[in-house]
Amino acid sequence: MNVPRRKGSALGLSFRLAWRNIWRQKRRTWLTALAMIFSNILLVFMISLQFGSYEMMINNTLRMFSGQVQVQREGYQDSQKMRQVVNDIRDLAGNIREMFPAASVAARANAFVLVSSEDRSFGTQLVGVEPDQEPGISSIPGLLTDGRYLDDPDAPEVVIGSVMARNLKVQTGDELTFLGSGRDGSFAAGVLEVVGIFSSGSQDMDRSLAEIPLGYFQEAFAMEAGGHVIALAVDELGAVPAMIGPLKAAIGDRDGLVALDWEELMPGLKQAIQADMTSAWFMYAVLIVLVAFSVLNTQLMSVLERTREFGVIMALGIKPRRLALLVLLETFLMASLGFLIGMLLGAFVSGYFAQAGFAYPGMDELAAKFNMPPVIYPSFDLLSIMLGPVVVFIFCLFAAIYPALKLYGLRPVDAMRAV
Amino acid sequence: MGMPVSAMSKLAWRNLWRNYRRTLIMLLAIALGVWAMIFMTALLRGMVDDMVRQGISALPGHVQIHANAYRDDPSVMHSLPAPDKALLDVLNSEQVLAWSSRIKVPAMISSEYDNAGVSLIGVDPDGELALGFNANDIIEGRFLSTAGDNGIFVGKKLLHRLETRLGKRVVVMSQDPENAIAERGFRIVGVFEAELKNLEENMVYAGRDVVQNMLGIGTDVSEIAVLDFDYRANDGLVSRIRPVAPADWEVLSWVELDPYLGTMMRVMNGFVLVWMVVIFLALSFGLVNTLMMAVFERVREIGLMRALGMRPSAIVYQILVESIMLLVLGLVIGNLVAIGTIAPLKDGIDISVVAEGMEMMGASSMLYPVLQWTDLLLANAVVIVLGIITSLLPAWRAARYRPVEALSRT
Repeated sequence: MNVPRRKGSALGLSFRLAWRNIWRQKRRTWLTALAMIFSNILLVFMISLQFGSYEMMINNTLRMFSGQVQVQREGYQDSQKMRQVVNDIRDLAGNIREMFPAASVAARANAFVLVSSEDRSFGTQLVGVEPDQEPGISSIPGLLTDGRYLDDPDAPEVVIGSVMARNLKVQTGDELTFLGSGRDGSFAAGVLEVVGIFSSGSQDMDRSLAEIPLGYFQEAFAMEAGGHVIALAVDELGAVPAMIGPLKAAIGDRDGLVALDWEELMPGLKQAIQADMTSAWFMYAVLIVLVAFSVLNTQLMSVLERTREFGVIMALGIKPRRLALLVLLETFLMASLGFLIGMLLGAFVSGYFAQAGFAYPGMDELAAKFNMPPVIYPSFDLLSIMLGPVVVFIFCLFAAIYPALKLYGLRPVDAMRAV
Repeated sequence: MGMPVSAMSKLAWRNLWRNYRRTLIMLLAIALGVWAMIFMTALLRGMVDDMVRQGISALPGHVQIHANAYRDDPSVMHSLPAPDKALLDVLNSEQVLAWSSRIKVPAMISSEYDNAGVSLIGVDPDGELALGFNANDIIEGRFLSTAGDNGIFVGKKLLHRLETRLGKRVVVMSQDPENAIAERGFRIVGVFEAELKNLEENMVYAGRDVVQNMLGIGTDVSEIAVLDFDYRANDGLVSRIRPVAPADWEVLSWVELDPYLGTMMRVMNGFVLVWMVVIFLALSFGLVNTLMMAVFERVREIGLMRALGMRPSAIVYQILVESIMLLVLGLVIGNLVAIGTIAPLKDGIDISVVAEGMEMMGASSMLYPVLQWTDLLLANAVVIVLGIITSLLPAWRAARYRPVEALSRT
């Protein structure tokens, strides 16, 4: 082997050599590749399941009611006081709607009241909504099991959750009275007709949410033209960060208003995902390191058993660097094998469950706690498929560094004498 | 068997260290796997234990008795009369750690500034403390003194929301059995803090007699909460109470009262086993590989032993002993490291950066790892049993070499 004239052919030669070398010990190579394949299948499936469930958790929670971004008076998020008002809320909502034609924008107001039917009384949250805008933000108007959604912005009508309806023992057409206090501390009361009942699947929502038209709300609670929240919803969660800046600029001239994104609106959701992510990556890390050990062992053995051979080659004038590269190339080929087969099989498994859905016994009860349906659909995209195998691949290459470095310590004469 | 056990194990031990690098790497891998099995399980157990503890103290009790319709419609209409003699006999027996009857109805609480929806809980303070109400959580004022105490005991978060403070008056409104509004003023006598913030916002405590009087329900209560000695086995208690309770009452353990928690416990048991097996599988490829290489290198030697009259079963034995030594050594290191890393974490791991997320799952912001003997045993059993099964393949291969062929190999 002289100094290569063309780089391409030398690389081609190394490639062929490395490929042959890894098949000298067929069983060992396959076992090592199998360890990678096993981990890769598992990682692809777990990661796509994880991403799929986060996406569902976020979407179900945000799309059901809150929206991805909200404009409110500063501090309203924590204390939810009646007097923390966004003035002329419908005008502001209209301006924001013009700024973001792709987004849905709806104004809301909240009050805590005691509602009574003929048989029962409960304390509950009453939300004033814009009947024509609300369906763009929230899935609840589409989840009616009985009656219709609100349509007149000023009518004394109410839509309530199915659990609340059952607890109050009311049906559509029945009347509810409510009792609370207005923005100025005055006494607020009225009679509402139940026009619709929704069933969202979230116990919390079905038990405690009642929606009435914003116009009527403003009148009953002495809100003038004010409200508490402007909710924004877009199709893609990824579009949210780009909206915050312009939104802040638009509300900048109004004192005391803030724009909050979903992470600020629901810190619990984000943190639950973070906590889950951390524990999941701890497990993945263990798996990946174990595979790397497997590769380390295999490559170390393959270097040690070739000590004589390497000694001869070095005596012929080949530099250790070349041989170290050869070992790395062998590892690269083996890791590619594990990468490709593992990723393909993993993608196959994920793809299957992305169609069929995945569930395990007991998942209904756990999923309900996070507003999730009892079946998860793994997310089937490039990131969730590639992420695990790429990390495994990189760690396997790292694992080959120690065996490759061993070659630098090799002295041809001693090596040729080795058994 | 031809060869004494001591000689065989000595041989296996020496064989193990003929290629010390390979053995060390494998040992490291086994130890890491075992450590991860035990450590991760201890963290998960700690989290679930915490969730169960929080859940049971929020219920409270291990077993609760309600009117059949109460859980679906927690209204004052579905109350229970005070327990009769037969039930009292069971509740006051030795097998019950503590019990108390309580009223729990939805209510609205108003200060002069704001109002909020809460659960109004009428308690006998001694009984409530016996059920496990944590007196250390009182940050201002005092807990209620008797069932006839005129004061009200509220959470810190609710206090802020209502913009009121200790010593101030609040008005509580609920409904009486005729659906008339029952309302009463209370003075705030104490403020509590809870690990789960939603409890601070949703629970207000008042004297049981006072609440019964306010609602006009005589001596009726909403529920009877009973504390058992161990949360893991409450079916016995349920089956003792069931026969002495009327048919239209339900007697349920916490597993049924909070299906999320009950399921969590069950799913976690399954998950722990899956986790251990997955880790083992990841290890098994390396294990087979190591043993295969060991066999392959020694083909001539094995051939010689066979030619000298060693039976194939002895060869299988030989390789198995070598593998068991490797596994046991890995297990010992893994167990020791696991115990050594869990012990310093006894005082808890602060995970308050994700406190609100943990609260969504029903856990608090401190994580206390729990090392159960059964988990330790399970991890060791999984590694040894599956390890031996996995080693059978290389051992069987080794025994299959025909002496003459093997000897002629280079």
